[in-house]
Amino acid sequence: MDRVNIPFKWQEATGRSQFISDRHFDNLLEAKLFRSTCARAKILNITLPKLPSGYFVFGAKDVPGRNELPIVLSDWPVFASSEVRYLGEVILLLVGPDLKELDRLAKLIHVEYQQLTPAFTPQDSKQLIQGAIHNQDAIDDLKNVFDRHKLNKGDLAAGFSQAEHIFEESISTGYQEHMYLETQGMVGYHKDGKVVIEGSMQCPWYVHHCISTVLGSEDVRVIQTPTGGAFGGKEDYPDVLAGALCVAVQRLKQPIRLVLSRNEDIAFTTKRHPINFHYRTGVDSQGKIVAMDVKVDINAGAYLSLSGIVLQRAITTCTNVYDIPNATVEATAWATNTVPSGAFRGFGSPQTCFGIETHLNHIANKLGLDAAEFKRAHLLTTKSKTLTGADIFGDLVLEKMYAEICESSDYHAKVQAYRQQDRGANKLSGIGMALFQHGCGFAGDLEDTLVKAVVRLVKDDNDEIEIQVSNTDIGQGLSLTFCKIVADTLKRPLSSVRLAAVDTQHVPDSGPTVASRSIVIVGYLLEKAAEKLTDIWLGCTAQSVEQRYSKPDYHQWDQQAFKGNAYQATSYGINVVELEVDSATGVSEITGLWAIYDVGHVIDEAVFKGQIDGGFVQALGYGGLEVMTLDSEGRFQQTNMADYVIPTALDVPKIHSSVVDNPYQYGPQGAKGGGELTHNGGAAAYCAAIECAINHPINAIPVTPEVVCSLLYGKKSGLESMTQEEQGHENQL
Amino acid sequence: MKISFKLNSELVTVDVDPLQPLLTTLRDELHMQAAKQGCGEGECGSCSVIMNNLMVNTCLIPTIQAKGAALVTLEGLRDTPKGQLVINALLEAKGVQCGFCTPSMVLALYHLLDNRTYADITPTDKQIRQALAGNLCRCTGYGMIVEAAKIAAKLWGEV
Ligand code: FES
Ligand code: FES
Repeated sequence: MDRVNIPFKWQEATGRSQFISDRHFDNLLEAKLFRSTCARAKILNITLPKLPSGYFVFGAKDVPGRNELPIVLSDWPVFASSEVRYLGEVILLLVGPDLKELDRLAKLIHVEYQQLTPAFTPQDSKQLIQGAIHNQDAIDDLKNVFDRHKLNKGDLAAGFSQAEHIFEESISTGYQEHMYLETQGMVGYHKDGKVVIEGSMQCPWYVHHCISTVLGSEDVRVIQTPTGGAFGGKEDYPDVLAGALCVAVQRLKQPIRLVLSRNEDIAFTTKRHPINFHYRTGVDSQGKIVAMDVKVDINAGAYLSLSGIVLQRAITTCTNVYDIPNATVEATAWATNTVPSGAFRGFGSPQTCFGIETHLNHIANKLGLDAAEFKRAHLLTTKSKTLTGADIFGDLVLEKMYAEICESSDYHAKVQAYRQQDRGANKLSGIGMALFQHGCGFAGDLEDTLVKAVVRLVKDDNDEIEIQVSNTDIGQGLSLTFCKIVADTLKRPLSSVRLAAVDTQHVPDSGPTVASRSIVIVGYLLEKAAEKLTDIWLGCTAQSVEQRYSKPDYHQWDQQAFKGNAYQATSYGINVVELEVDSATGVSEITGLWAIYDVGHVIDEAVFKGQIDGGFVQALGYGGLEVMTLDSEGRFQQTNMADYVIPTALDVPKIHSSVVDNPYQYGPQGAKGGGELTHNGGAAAYCAAIECAINHPINAIPVTPEVVCSLLYGKKSGLESMTQEEQGHENQL
Repeated sequence: MKISFKLNSELVTVDVDPLQPLLTTLRDELHMQAAKQGCGEGECGSCSVIMNNLMVNTCLIPTIQAKGAALVTLEGLRDTPKGQLVINALLEAKGVQCGFCTPSMVLALYHLLDNRTYADITPTDKQIRQALAGNLCRCTGYGMIVEAAKIAAKLWGEV
């Protein structure tokens, strides 16, 4: 066995890794968030009970700096004071020695509300009942609109004039809960004149910035503890915990712990954005798509959070891996009275992938064409222009990937066979394919204008090297991949390189661990830094180097015109799902999974295999299992891990995956991003496989057994095009 | 109430509310923190330990139920040759990502391998997946944990 890799995840595997709930703090106090019980209301009055000694309550008036969470916009308050915009919004923080006593006290707090009619979906939001939630003073068209973008390629009208057929349909996706196994949590304390927050998080500098805004002070420090999964869910929401906690820590100067219970985590933390798509597509007499008009409505929830960026990714990836000559996309992020939607692995792309892949399948079926071949005829090539009008950088190998996965999965023969199967059989077989892509790094030129990443390598006089970056290992294996990049470049043993703990007091801001930027952006900076260090290397002498981001020359972006390279680099993939549907119960068993990827060059095959398997399975949960619906008051109907079900080991078989080597010039060792990519296609491929098995179009995920049964036996039309909220409502009736 | 049981082959006595979840007793009184609380409701398996040779979810078990029982946690297993074998196999297969579920996965794999009728036959994928079905992992997609079981099974007789 390769001894060198043993330290990697050794702590975790032996149970020695100290997650936030495992850490010991002397004189620790407990904290509990007191939350709104209405989705939309004015707060008229708050009555507190008499507090026993040693117990405290903090709210908006206790904030020394600004009562706002500085996530992109500062619209989300730390503590709601005059109004609440979603059920579960934080109003107060209770602190004291005993959690049970905090629970008791919380029940004695009385908030007097003036309730208003909430909006839970983009459709509700458009109606502006009892006025706007957001942008009250704007013109009507912009009320409740957090963000809107339009994008145009070619000439849509001219395109439609060539069309022989026009296909129009709506497709929607629901919420997805991250369900990282470790719930959100942190501990705050006072040390050396600073407020220190330690906890489970993926972007410590975001939290640093947040608490310094809330406290109005730079005397703050943030440390990431081992993080039990994140998937985007620990990008924005840790600010909500830290914002409230830091106020109490600064006042009481005693360690305070705030860890969410699973129920609280499911009920109130951010989720994947539900999106409604409307497609109108023109196809000419040769079976070529000549025009596509897409409207995208995103349920952003109560505050903007990261929805503007999700919207950008959704819009720039709207036509997926296809070269559509004339296309327009108009996307809007709507304010609603639900939990703010946030970052989730893929950041809008799994939604757009599901939308377009499903839409193209439906068109091909209606035209009597083979769906995969229909898509193949529209693939981007190295000569294409992207949806945002940029040249493709590097070589595209989609054709090759397509040929390989068709062969390894025996896709075409199976499609043929399943088309002819007896539709009355007890078991119906199906196979489905999805193609997809993922832009690596931030959209547009934000990497250059906003993040401006810096990395540092510090060598001691034993020639041991420490990597200092703010990127976190949240399970995706950065602690190994980063070390490998540096060790390989320096031609030093892997054991001589280590990754520093992410502590804002010690590491430079190399940007957040999001948007598949860790390898392609930060990994590349590390490679450059290691080259610098090689050049000045003096054995047995302490040395250090820093490296700053600068944009590659070919990368051009015009934010006003929304034109250019939407991303610095793009990764690609194809997934195939094969399954058997039990026609009596609607339950499907996945019998085969295949995947192929172009992520430039893979730095560590096993680490990337872990991303492939994990991302694919998470996407299969999204496509088939993970239902999240709202009740009439705006509360999620799924409250625990028994009713929000994620895949178990029995729900999936082995995944046959491969990668093509297609090195990217500006990535470390030729690598591009891969972590998010692996979640983009699974749900679309799963849905396509079910469609193949039951021979019926489907317009929404998740495709649960209930949906399958209703398509096979129930109301033949209707349910397939319902949004999740509507499905939930339907189930209640 | 005083409750005694065997923890990793040693007799221990705790003085706790008999209805307190065994997980709380293990973590807070006995400092066995490898077992984690993922859900507190018997769904995720992060809190599982081996009790009287059964995998159990300690978040659901009142401490009194452990009275007189024999408990094995990862702290007890990690320094044994077979425990190390499973840990090494998991690391070799790269079946550890965030690591939150991992302590329970080590126990589940160990329990499966230790209770085979035919110790020289590697369990099938299906058997391994059945053995892991009570332990959720949100990171790995399970494939590499299944591989780890096979790696460990092959070396089992040698330690
Ligand atoms: S914490 Fe016990 S099963 Fe989840
Ligand atoms: S490794 Fe993260 S939950 Fe299993």
